[in-house]
Amino acid sequence: MTSDNDRRRGLLARLRGRPAARSRGRRRLGAAVRLFAALMLAGGAYTVFAPGAQAQDNPPLTGAAAEGKALFDVSCVTCHGRNAQGVEGRGPSLIGVGAASVEFQVSSGRMPMARQEAQAHRKPPVFTDEQTRQLAQYIQELGGGPVVPEGDELRDGGNVAAGGELFRINCSQCHAFGGGGGALSSGKFAPSLHPATDRQIYAAMLSGPQNMPVFGDNQLRPEQKADIIAYIQETLKHDQDPGGFNLGRYGPSTEGLAIFLVGIVALVFASLWIAGKS
Amino acid sequence: MKRRKFDLAATPGKAAVGVDDRFAVATPLRKLLNKVFPDHWSFLLGEIALFSFVVLLLTGVFLTFFFEPAMTEVVYDGSYAPLQGTPMSAAYASSLDISFEVRGGLVMRQMHHWAALLFMAAIVVHMLRVFFTGAFRKPRETNWIIGSLLFWVGFLAGFTGYSLPDDGLSGTGLRIASAIMLSIPVIGSWVTSSVFGGEFPGTIIISRFFIAHVLLIPGLLVALISVHLGLVFKQKHTQWPGPGRTNNNVVGERMFPRYALKQGGFFMVVFGVIALMGGLFQINPIWLFGPYEAWVVSAASQPDWYVMFLDGSTRLMPAWEINIPIGDGYVIPPLFWPTVVLPGILVGLSTMYPFLEARQLKDRKSHNLLQRPRDVPARTAVGAMAVAFYIVLTLSGANDVIADKFQISLNAMTWAGRIGLLVVPPMAYYVTYRLCLGLQQHDREVLAHGVETGIIRRLPDGRFVEVHQPLSASNGHADGHGELEYVGWVVPKKMNRLGALGPAIRGFFYPIEKPVEAPVSPGHPPVEARPEREEIGSGESRR
Repeated sequence: MTSDNDRRRGLLARLRGRPAARSRGRRRLGAAVRLFAALMLAGGAYTVFAPGAQAQDNPPLTGAAAEGKALFDVSCVTCHGRNAQGVEGRGPSLIGVGAASVEFQVSSGRMPMARQEAQAHRKPPVFTDEQTRQLAQYIQELGGGPVVPEGDELRDGGNVAAGGELFRINCSQCHAFGGGGGALSSGKFAPSLHPATDRQIYAAMLSGPQNMPVFGDNQLRPEQKADIIAYIQETLKHDQDPGGFNLGRYGPSTEGLAIFLVGIVALVFASLWIAGKS
Repeated sequence: MKRRKFDLAATPGKAAVGVDDRFAVATPLRKLLNKVFPDHWSFLLGEIALFSFVVLLLTGVFLTFFFEPAMTEVVYDGSYAPLQGTPMSAAYASSLDISFEVRGGLVMRQMHHWAALLFMAAIVVHMLRVFFTGAFRKPRETNWIIGSLLFWVGFLAGFTGYSLPDDGLSGTGLRIASAIMLSIPVIGSWVTSSVFGGEFPGTIIISRFFIAHVLLIPGLLVALISVHLGLVFKQKHTQWPGPGRTNNNVVGERMFPRYALKQGGFFMVVFGVIALMGGLFQINPIWLFGPYEAWVVSAASQPDWYVMFLDGSTRLMPAWEINIPIGDGYVIPPLFWPTVVLPGILVGLSTMYPFLEARQLKDRKSHNLLQRPRDVPARTAVGAMAVAFYIVLTLSGANDVIADKFQISLNAMTWAGRIGLLVVPPMAYYVTYRLCLGLQQHDREVLAHGVETGIIRRLPDGRFVEVHQPLSASNGHADGHGELEYVGWVVPKKMNRLGALGPAIRGFFYPIEKPVEAPVSPGHPPVEARPEREEIGSGESRR
């Protein structure tokens, strides 16, 4: 025990670099300084490592997120619950869905939902772009998650041909070859892509809204997402329909309707006319 | 030397005499040109099919000049930018070239496709006419069978043509066809391997379908159509009953010149409608479907309308798999019933129908006069039942599109189809049967009591009765009862059909004859034109 104390003293003495011959006043002052430093260290370490008990009640939100929380508490809290934790049977928890999801759902008018049903429908958005951003910021700061990159023209640099191939492999099963959408089971559906903006398509791929699978950056790299968006926006939306009226691009079913409603009807009238001329 | 005068007017006659001297064609040609056709509009429906077949041959020949029926992989470098650099089969690349590079290629392709849809639609409409009027009865059963076969051969022609462009849609159709072939017990895998030359999709199917589509099937169609028309010539047309029309004559117009001219005109009309549809309505945008890859299946991938009933029956079929524990176990997949057994039954029933009906009615006579559908309620009702069955299946073939666009649950659509397939045809039978009886009864009522005049008379005791115009003079009967027999043709039911108001104006776009003045009946003063109305004013000048 003594030898241990000796060694320690010796170590301190060596660090100080001179013999421990000091006045009582200086010793007291040194003790006070050391105590203060230790307290600072312990308090600092506690602040750094301990999960702040008060963060649960009052998170340090940025300005935009605070605005978003105010909007959330008025418009979304009924179904998504306090602090977006979700309400059983009404709305899911939004912890971890990320700003991408909020941006898709709110900017396309799907949220707030008109009523509980198989799937939310697109409608004119309730919130402005600014408010949408604030809501997204709030959800992002609550639980993190995927975020849509900056900018409105996310298709820039996209290759239409590559995008077409990716679209046919990944998207056309549900959204159909012309992007007009299609039915899923039990009243669910893949919506039409025609009203969607670049950011909404990107956000949908990132967040997998409703029945859509998530196409994260591991499945489709950001460049590939840009290719797909370019194909949808530049080819599907702006295809000139070189063959004439496209009959809604619903495939052979409307073509069959057209041959009876136009072809057969016209020719039956023609035969009535010809047979009547006798 | 005296110069002989050239008589221009005598030239055709002289030439004809020259031809007849050598070939002796005057007698048979006279018979042909004098052949009489009845002139009811419903006899022209079959011609729509014939004329669209001619358009199919013409446009199809044009397409073969540019189509390359090979599955060799090429990299597209044509003018459609969104596919540039995409690997695809030569067949698909040449279909794209027809659409985008060949002058007039797209409109020809679209006309070909619309003509195919019209061909099948006209066959069905013609078949309905023949069925509901009883034109298939003895002696014309053979022609009914040939007509039914024409539908099924046309079905094959359509399916092989649908598969040729090798886009996403045709590949999906081929995949389903291969699955249907695989579902046949015992021989399924052998059939599929021999058709596809191995595992689906293989490398040979497009070339095989091409030769079937441009040579074998059209050859069969031409042969069947020739026999069909030859039999119509040999057995002569049926006709509606009416004044001067019996079971042993044909009343109508001669082939030459009127009928031939009309038919020539009708061909132009059919051609024009197909050309308009080809130019105005986009059909099968193959460039959006992309090249076929086994992993690409678009939503709303449907067959053309005449195949859609099989798609529908597949969608409605419950997943009943039959496991037979022989050896390593044997499975009959549920796909077998709606796609192999059902069409088999339909072919059998539809071709054999004339014999089934004759057997049921013990009818051995020859019939050249048609029947109004209302006069044979049982047959009409059976026909309505068949049509209802077909329509439920066809709508179910498009049930995903209907579900999506009308926001109905797809599951609800499937169950509606399943229940509808069992419930709607019997309902159609019952309703049609009652409608036929009601119409018959009304005909008999008019024959017995006369036409409703619309004149309501009040009797001294206060009752109101409608005055009826008897169709014949009443021989001793106060109300003209029981004087007229029903002859199987239209009974006049409006006063202007009796000449009371003069004949209605005929002609489609403008009257071709001046309407006759209405005869004046003693009881009612002639209707005069309403006098010009004068403006009733206050008497003051407005100016």
